[in-house]
Amino acid sequence: MADSFEFPVDRTQVMLFARSVLDINPAFVEPDSPEAKANGGLVTPPTFVQSSAHYQPDYPLDLTRPRKDAPAAARSGGGGGGLGRGLHAEQHYEYHHPIHPGDVLTVTTKPGERWEKEGRRGGKLMFSESITEYTNQDGVLCVTARSIGVQTGRAVDQ
Amino acid sequence: MTLKVGDKHEQVVIENVNRTHIVKYAGASGDFNPLHHDDTKAKDLAGYPSVFAHGMLSMGLTGRMLTDWLGATALKKYGVRFTRQVWPGDTLTAKGEVTDVKEEGGKQLATIKVVTVNQNGESVVEGEAVAEV
Repeated sequence: MADSFEFPVDRTQVMLFARSVLDINPAFVEPDSPEAKANGGLVTPPTFVQSSAHYQPDYPLDLTRPRKDAPAAARSGGGGGGLGRGLHAEQHYEYHHPIHPGDVLTVTTKPGERWEKEGRRGGKLMFSESITEYTNQDGVLCVTARSIGVQTGRAVDQ
Repeated sequence: MTLKVGDKHEQVVIENVNRTHIVKYAGASGDFNPLHHDDTKAKDLAGYPSVFAHGMLSMGLTGRMLTDWLGATALKKYGVRFTRQVWPGDTLTAKGEVTDVKEEGGKQLATIKVVTVNQNGESVVEGEAVAEV
């Protein structure tokens, strides 16, 4: 089972994201820079596709988003973090093709494996993986992301 | 650029993390999990001492070390494990070290071990990247 949605990439969102990771590389934010021109226009920071969450219809980590339907109950797991005891354990990207502002990406996510482990600090740990593909308007696969979330039995000790 | 095994790069990617940094990342990424911006919920809902930064903020900050070093579009792969939470007040240094270099079709593919540490030298992110340089 795979869910998909559209993620239009605009320059302002790229700028906001780049600032939020303190990365104002001209290749990401200055269209007339030599760095951008060398890449056929602005490109995006390595973890930029995270901001596709704004367009994910059932995104669980924004409970205040105005919605036409009654808000879905907060869900956890399914890769990535979750409310409460969910934490993001791992994130992996493969880059196939650059993403440029103006692209309209189709984002398709499917669940991956699930497994359990006894944690050293957090009791029983339940891991779940999700695989997300970001494909541009020309049908070119740009990024494949693999996210692993973990549910812990209690708050992680520090 | 040419890389060889053992080449290293490191960069302080954020100093003295504060709640504004974290909130800005929440707004940009869309991840409004209250554990990252609501101290009351972080304490009461999950028993944490305070809010903490998104793991993806650490990964994003660490990505800057890689693209500053290798180029904005050099990365072919980039993956991390989140090894420790990042709290307000932390300062993070991202470090990369080339562990393998292969020639492929006239291009160099470099494997880079990535670790980002806090001000106590404890890792918050550990992983690997592959770059075409």
